[in-house]
Order: sequence, then C-alpha cells, then structure tokens
Amino acid sequence: MEDDAPVIYGLEFQARALTAQTAETDAIRFLVGTQSLKFDNQIHIIDFDDENNIINKNVLLHHAGEIWHISASPADKGVLTTCYNKTSESRVLTCAAVWRMPLEWESGSHESPDDSSNSPQTLELLCHLDNTAHGNTACVLWEPMGDGKRVISLADSHVVLWDLQESSTKATISSSATLEGKGQLKFTSGKWSPHHNCTQLATANDTAIRGWDLRSMSQIFCIENAHGQLVRDLDFNPNKQYYLASCGDDCKVKFWDVRHINEPVKTLEEHSHWVWSVKYNHSHDQLLLTASSDSRVILSNMVSISSEPFGHLVDDDDLSDNEETHHEEKSKEPLQDSIISTYEEHEDSVYAVEWSSADPWLFASLSYDGRLVINRVPRALKYRILL
Amino acid sequence: MEVDSGSSSPGRKRRLLRLYYSSGPEPPPQQQEPEPCDINGAHFDPEIYLNKLRKECSLAELMDQESCMVKQIRSLDSDMQTLVYENYNKFISATDTIRKMKNDFKKMEDEMDCLSTNMSAITEFSARISGTLQDQHTQITKLSGVHTLLRKLQFLFELPARLNKCLELQAYAQAVSSHRRARCVLQQYSHMPSFRGIQDDCHAIMERLAHQLRQKFRDGGTSAKELSECVELLLQLEEPAEELCDKFLSHAQTRLEEDLRSLEAELKDSTVTNVSGDSARNPSSPSETLMSIHLISPASRADILEFIDRGCNEFVSNLCLVIASYQELFINRPQEGNLAFKNIPQMANSKLHLFVDSLASKYFSLVERRIQEEKGVGDNSLLVRALDRFHRRLQAVSKLLPGSAVPSQGTEIVIQAARERIKQYLSALQSFYLESLTDIRQALAAPRLSVGGTNTAGGGVHTGACTPGKEAPPSLPELLSSLSNSILNQIKSVLASVHLFTTKDITFSNKPYFRGEFCSHGVREGLVVSFIKFICQSSRNFCESAGDRGGSTPPVLLLLLSRLCLDYETSTISYILTLTDEQFLVMHQSPVTAVTALCEEAREAAQKLLNHYVKVQGLIISQMLRKSVETRDWVNTIEPRNVRAVMKRVVEDTTSIDVQVGLLYEEGVRKAHSSDSSKRTFSVYSSSRQQIRYAPSYTPSAPMDTNLLSNIHKLFSERIDIFSPVEFNKVSVLTGIIKISLKTFLECVRLRTFGRYGLQQIQVDCHYLQMYLWRFVSDENLVHFLLDEIVGSAAHRCLDPSPMEQSVIEVICERG
Repeated sequence: MEDDAPVIYGLEFQARALTAQTAETDAIRFLVGTQSLKFDNQIHIIDFDDENNIINKNVLLHHAGEIWHISASPADKGVLTTCYNKTSESRVLTCAAVWRMPLEWESGSHESPDDSSNSPQTLELLCHLDNTAHGNTACVLWEPMGDGKRVISLADSHVVLWDLQESSTKATISSSATLEGKGQLKFTSGKWSPHHNCTQLATANDTAIRGWDLRSMSQIFCIENAHGQLVRDLDFNPNKQYYLASCGDDCKVKFWDVRHINEPVKTLEEHSHWVWSVKYNHSHDQLLLTASSDSRVILSNMVSISSEPFGHLVDDDDLSDNEETHHEEKSKEPLQDSIISTYEEHEDSVYAVEWSSADPWLFASLSYDGRLVINRVPRALKYRILL
Repeated sequence: MEVDSGSSSPGRKRRLLRLYYSSGPEPPPQQQEPEPCDINGAHFDPEIYLNKLRKECSLAELMDQESCMVKQIRSLDSDMQTLVYENYNKFISATDTIRKMKNDFKKMEDEMDCLSTNMSAITEFSARISGTLQDQHTQITKLSGVHTLLRKLQFLFELPARLNKCLELQAYAQAVSSHRRARCVLQQYSHMPSFRGIQDDCHAIMERLAHQLRQKFRDGGTSAKELSECVELLLQLEEPAEELCDKFLSHAQTRLEEDLRSLEAELKDSTVTNVSGDSARNPSSPSETLMSIHLISPASRADILEFIDRGCNEFVSNLCLVIASYQELFINRPQEGNLAFKNIPQMANSKLHLFVDSLASKYFSLVERRIQEEKGVGDNSLLVRALDRFHRRLQAVSKLLPGSAVPSQGTEIVIQAARERIKQYLSALQSFYLESLTDIRQALAAPRLSVGGTNTAGGGVHTGACTPGKEAPPSLPELLSSLSNSILNQIKSVLASVHLFTTKDITFSNKPYFRGEFCSHGVREGLVVSFIKFICQSSRNFCESAGDRGGSTPPVLLLLLSRLCLDYETSTISYILTLTDEQFLVMHQSPVTAVTALCEEAREAAQKLLNHYVKVQGLIISQMLRKSVETRDWVNTIEPRNVRAVMKRVVEDTTSIDVQVGLLYEEGVRKAHSSDSSKRTFSVYSSSRQQIRYAPSYTPSAPMDTNLLSNIHKLFSERIDIFSPVEFNKVSVLTGIIKISLKTFLECVRLRTFGRYGLQQIQVDCHYLQMYLWRFVSDENLVHFLLDEIVGSAAHRCLDPSPMEQSVIEVICERG
C-alpha cells in the first residue's frame, strides 16, 4: 500500500509555534506563528485539502511581536492565544494575549495566495493575559474540552488561572500558584490534564515534572530528575488518566505512571538530539509523535502502554463471523512497541509537532527554518489499528 | 598235481596268517576275479591254463614255457626238502618237552589233594570256635549300647546343671551348643515325665539365657564383636531373625547417631566460633571449653578437612563395621536347612539398606551444612582434599553394599559443593572487580585531593603492580594496565584453584560430571564467561545509572573502562578462554558461548561506554555554554573587549579531554585535514561566508534568507547526528564532544534575543572557538558549519544586526 507523499509548505520566516485549530473538527487546519524581529509577524492559517493534497494558506498579521507559543481555543474556532516577545526600552518581555481572528479571512482564501499576502488582515486583540509581576509567559493552556472560558498561563515560576469574561474580552485572575524553591525557577512547559474533570495540571521546570491540583492550586506530585537534562515538553495520555509522556534534552522520551513516580514505565531513546515536543494521538493513544532538534520527527507505536494493549477491543456481540476471524488473526500477532517511521523532511531543528484535530491520522511538524510538513500515519498501520 | 597242491597250500596259510595278524580289514575277496590262469593264484585251474597256453602260444613258446616250468618245479622241490630237514630237530625236542611236562603234573596233583584236606580241617575248627564265642559277643554289644545310652542320659540329666553353670560363667556359646544337641532328643521323648522335667528345666534355663543375651544385646555397652556373638547365639536359639535384625540395627543406630551427634556438636561449635570470633578461639575462655568438653579443643577451630576426617573415621568406619558384621550375621550366614528362614537375606538386606540410607542422609545433611559454611575462597585445596576423602571413604560403603544409593548421593554432594564453589568464586571475582573499580575511582580522585592518595590506590590493587612512584599519581595507562593485570591474575588464580577439582589423584575427578559438565558448563560458562559478561554488564550499568543521576561516575572511569572492554574484545577474552580450555580440556558437548559472541558483547559495552563518555563530557561543556548564554542579558551588553572566559574554559577543557583520551586511544584519521591550514585563510573563508549570510538580513527580501540557509544545508548533504556513536579513536571522540557542545550553543542562542553588542560578542566567541577547536575534530568543516550556524542564528535573533569587523574580531581573539 503506497502512502501519500508528505506535503511541504514553506514560510518566509523562522517559526516555532504550531497548533491545530482545536475547535475545528471538519477541516484539517493548523495555525503557525512566525518569529521575526525585523518584520511584522504573521499567523499562517494552513488548510489542508486531504483529497487533492493541496495546501491553502491565509495570513493574519500579528503586530505585537514574534510568536513563541500559540494555542487555539477548544470552543471557538476564531479565538486563539499567543505568547509573544515584546521589546521595549531594550528589554525583552514575553507576554500573552487572547486574539480573535477576523471573520472575513475565510472569504479571502479563495483568491490567489500571493495576493492575500499583500493585503493581510490583522488579528483582533481580545485581551491581554498580563501581569508584569509574573514575568515572562512560557505558554498558555486552554481548558481541554472546555467552553473556552478558562486558560492557564505559565509565567516564570507562576501558574496563573484566568477566567475569560464578556466573550473573552476581559480576563481576570481566578487563582494562582507559585513554584517555591532555590534559585530562579522557570516553567518550560505544561499540560492541562483532560482527566479528573480537568482539575489537574502538569508542568515542567528544569529536570522536574510537577502535578498541580487546580482546585487548591497545590502541588500533588513531583518527579524530580525526570530527565537528565531540561524537560522540554509533556503530554497526557488522552485515554489513560495516570499516564504521562515527557521529553527533554537527554534525547529521551519517558512514559510515567504518576502513581509510581520513582521509575518511568518506559523510556525511548531514538533521537540524537534534544526532544522538543511529544504528542499523543487524540484517539489512538498508542500513536506518539516526537519532534527533535536533530531535524527528525518520529512516529512511535507504544502498544504495550496504551489503552488498547491487545489491539482494538470489539464487543463480541457486534461481530459478524467475518469480523471474528479478523479479530482472531489480529490477536495472534499483536503489534509490538516499535518505531513506525522517522520523518526526515526537515533540515533544521523541529520544535513543534501537532496532530490534526479533524483527522486522527494526519499531523503537521514545523522546523525552525519555517518549513511545515504534513504527514499521515502509514496506511498499513492505520488499517491494522482500525480493523 | 603235486606242484599244484603245494602252490595252493602256502597261499591259504598266508591268508590265514594275515587274517590272524592283521585285525584290519582284509581286502574283500570278491574284488579279485578268480584268475584260473595265475599259476600262483588260489583258483588256479591247470586245464584252463593249459588250454589257454595251447591256444595262445606258438610251439616254440610252448617249448620255452615247458622248460621254464620244469626249472621252476625243480627249484621248488629242492626248497621243500631243505625246509623239512631244517625243522626236523625242532619237532624232536618239542616231543621231549611234552613228555617231561606230563610227569611233573602228576606230582602237583598229589600236593593239591593234601592241601584241600588241610583246609577242610581248618574250616571245621573255626566253626567250632565261633560257635562257642557267639553268646559273649552279643552280650558285649548290648552292654556297649547301654553304655552310650546311659552317657546320653547322663548328659541329659546333667544338662540343666551344666547350662546353669555355663550361664553363671557366661559361657553362652557352650550353653547354646549343648542345648542344641539335646534339644531334638528332649523333643522326641517329651512324653516321658522324667524327660519332660528335664526339658522344662532346660527351657527355663535357656529362656533365662536368651533373656540375658537380649539384655546384653539391648545394653549399649557391648562391643560390636560381642554383639555379633550375641546375635549369632540368639539366632541359634531360633529367635525370630527379623526382630534380631531390627534390634541389631537399632543398637547400631544409637551408636552411630552418637557419632553423628558429636559431629553435629562440632558443627554447632564451629558456627559458634565463627560468630564469636576471637574470644572463642581463646583457649582460656572457660565457658567455651566447658561447652565443647568432649569435642576437640576449641582453640583450633576444626577446618573442613578435620571435620570430614572425623566424620570418616568415626561415622563412616563404624558404619562399615556395622554393615560388615550385619552381613556376616544375617546375610552371608550359611543356611542351616531351616526352610522357614530362607527369605532372611532378602529381608535383612532391605532392612540394612533402609538403615544405611537413613543414617547416611543424616550424615550427608551434616556434611552439606559444613560444606556450606566454607565460604572463604582463600584455600581451595583443603576443601578439595576434604571432599576427596569424603568421596573415597564412601567407596568402602559402596563395596560393602553394592546396591546402595549412598555413594551416588555422596557424589551428588561433591558435585553440589563444586557447583557452590564455582558460584562463590564467581561472586568473589565480581566483588574483586568492583573493589578494583573503587580503588581506581580513588586513584582518579586522589591527585586532585592529595598526593598521599596514591598509596592507598596502589595498595588497593592487589597485585601491587601499580606503585610506580610515591609522589606521582598513576597515569591512566598505568591504571588501565594494572587493572587488567590484576583482573587477569585473579582469574588465573581462581582457575588454578578450581583446577584442583579435576586433578588426577582426586577420586571423584574421573566422574562423568567432573570430566564434562564441570569443565564446560561449570568453569567455562559459569565462571569465566559469566565473569566477562558481568564486566560488560556492570560497564553498561554505568552508562544507564549515571545518565539519570547526573554524573555519579567520573568520566575518566568511563573512558578507562571503555578501553578495558575494547582490550578484552581484541585479545583478553580469547586469551582467557583459550587458557581455560587448555587447562580443563573442555569437551564441548553442550553448546557453549562462542568467543565471538563474548567479544561482540565486550565491544558493545566498550562502544556504549565511549558513547556515554562523549555524552557526559559533551554535557559538561554544554552546561557551561548554556549557563553562559542563558544568564546573560544579551540585549543590553557592552561592546565586546574580550573573549568571554567561558569560551577559554571550553577550549581548556577540550584540550584536557584531548590529552586524556590521547592517553588511551589512538589518534584516528582526519578527513581532508591539511596541517598548514592556517588560521588566516580559514578565517577569511569563514568571514566571507558570514558576509554573504548577513547581507540578506539587511534587505527586506526575507524569503531569500531561508533559501540561502537551506542551500548551505545542502552543502552538507550528510545530516549531522549530534549524539551519535563514535569510533574508537581520539579524533572521533573529540568530534563527538565538540558537536554536542556546539549544538547546545546553537539551540541556546536561538532562544535568546540579542542586541548589537550581543551579536558581536557571539561573533568574537565563535571566532575564538574556531581558532582552537578545528584541530581536534576529524572534519573541520563541521566546526565551521556549526559555528556559522550559531553566528547566523544570533544575527537572526538580533534586534540591531551590525556585525563587527573581521579584523577587530581577530585582534580581540589574538589578544586573549
């Protein structure tokens, strides 16, 4: 079975920020934020036409500064947050804000891409998530599957929970917590757990991973020295509430059961440089993407620690005879933990990788030189998982 | 006619004579056709002959024939006459002799008559005498019969008294034999009251005797010989054999168990001595002396040889004695008719087996416990000798008791002990290895702390090979060679110790286990191969544990171990295994680990260690670079005047790593490296590249910039793997470390924003690195590329990108 070739899209600027448009479940759409100190920064809206293998792009201007992190609202297609660098009086500060995309951007998309870049529209600022006392904002997290009213920002050593009011035009701090400890502690990244009624948060600072209870804003677990070096990213297993994947500068990807934090459940060491991003597939949690500054993206199949360790479980009642034989065949040779494929389309460090919110078999990766690559899970594997 | 009859009669005589003399078969007469024409033949017929002659011969021939015949007849005639004359005298004398004989016989006949009359007279006299003596003779016979009967009766009547006396004198054997003689008679005449009385008396006495015997038997004090006597007597008294067997055995058992108890007490005592250490060894400690008063003196804690000796001399020899006497008594005893006891030997034999087995198992458990206490691996010969003795003595049992399982169990114990021993040696080797490593760690740490540290390091490595000088700390190659030498020596000494098990003069060495499995499976696999695997495994563990917990292992140790493993791969493993195979003449019946597989493992470990070394060293330098980039405010920095100190530190560290690695690894090859590539040309080259790179960033056409960047990438079509395996040489190691460091530098720079002077500082720093780092790596383009990337990224991240003049950079760098 031949797999479709990857689709490559080049941005003019360097870029680190990538997100899927979370609220969009029909179209395959990714948002990319650029990093440029000299020009107006942009948000590229990348639409992927699955049938024709064509990319349509729209550009929105982001005047505020270079974008370090981008995150789309899970409820409103048009709303997103960015973390951006603001330079003023020879000081660089990373701020965060909630933005609304102009309604008309979609109408202009059918014109030729070259024209649209000439007259790009501008993002509409809804509100700032600022508190200068908190310092530089590393990332902003939306409440998973929420109504788009609550976000968390991680700024230096502070966890700040915001309530967005009046159609997100006003943000108020509902609670916050501060990381106590020696030295200058800084969050590098975090993840809002979709489990436990969205009351938990995991953060990474230096080599430690911490869990927080958002109701009490207190720490619930702490994995010291989770990685030999800095922890770069983490992700919750969408189907197994205690399972967590993390990656870092020791080139490793580790899987944790937060109930037993002394040892990782499993460790992968496939990259030859720092791993910057780790992402579980939203529907099939055995599929895992990692992006690294060795310019590679690796898709792994971690069957043994997934929620479907013995393949897709189907109730016997639903099975016709035909399917039953299928089922038996599969159980005879269950999939092993393995690297499915290594994607080498990038030529610079890959800092971000994202699954599409619309198509669970499709993902995008973004390297520093502005190259966005859209890839698919190999068909053979897809059918093995599905059937 | 006369001629004819004359000729025919000698022929018949001859035949008769022949018939008389030769008993052999005569040629059958039918074979000869009667030949009437043969003139000498028996069936000569003159008529036919004449006719034949007349028919066949001419006249002249006839005439000749006739004259010839006449001549023959005449000669025959004269022969006859001579014969008659010659024999005449003999006839005459024969006649005389016969006449004389006739006379002599007549005289003899008279004498014979006289003799016969005399004889008849003698017969008559004799008959008369016997007639007169007849009465007296019968009387005498009767009397003598009565006499014997009376003697027997007397014996019987005296029997109770005699028996009593015997009993008093404890002459049991005599009593029993007396009684046995009388028993049948008494039995037969028991219907007569007087005899009944005797019999009852006897019975009572014998009862008492048997009772006494049993008493004696039950009594512990009697010696084995007396005991066997007792048993014999009791058997003769028709005691039930089974009961006797049981009693005999139970008696023997109590005595043997006493032996065992004393052995056990010794065992306990020795453990007590073990625990209480020196105080127990002190003979003046009274409690100890009291406690083991009947044992050997506590001053000398019995070693295993003594223990086994005691066991052999007391228990095993007593056991043999018991077996021998038992067999004598019950099994090999000549059967005395009594059909009822025919199954005694089988019964007795099975009892004996049970008995021996149960005792032996107790003994074995004691021996096993003792052997298990042998933990020290210092002197193996003692253990081997003890085992040998143990095994040898059990052979006696096997000779006495052919079907017994005891010797095979004994062999099993020996085998078990040998196995245990190998395990102990393995763990000893392992702990030795770990100790050596600790020593090396100390030695590595020592020079930094104090010079005196070398002494302990030198003493710690047991061979003492590495005490080069008291002042100078041991260098890496010295440490390596001393480590590998001491390990090798240790292996050799262990092999020598283990070899004792298979020496020719050890009885069990020719058991199949010790010829085959012990050598191949035990020594080769269990000891040597396991140890090598352990080395590899523990080396690998260094890589894994140290990675997470942040450099608990000094990197130099990693380097050292990597070299050690590599040396093992190239030579040591095959040397050790060849040595083992030669010493033990290993017959590879079962599949064994191949040398190549082990080498493979060692190489893997070496590779892993070296990779890890690169990683650790790279991370140390990376950490410096990262801190230096992260902690600085690059926007508001001042104009660069100097190379930052951290860069100098990086170069220094790299140089010292270079020296370190150079001590253990070869130089390696550089790719397209020209020794005279001076700094100047290199700088111009790189600066020109940089100029091109910067140029587009001033122009508003941003897309061109990324294109160019990717174009430069394409120049290096080979993707750079940062944490990639390295080769076993210095250049490759250094390349790996520098790659890691510079890549970190790059990634950190990309996360920062730079002011004008920040960029210039990076330019200065990178130029400085360029000046010094190229010489360490295999491909200097790699350094150029990474540094270009750093400067390029810094320029991108710069708010006000105005690069410094190349000449100024060079001046700053050359200044310091």
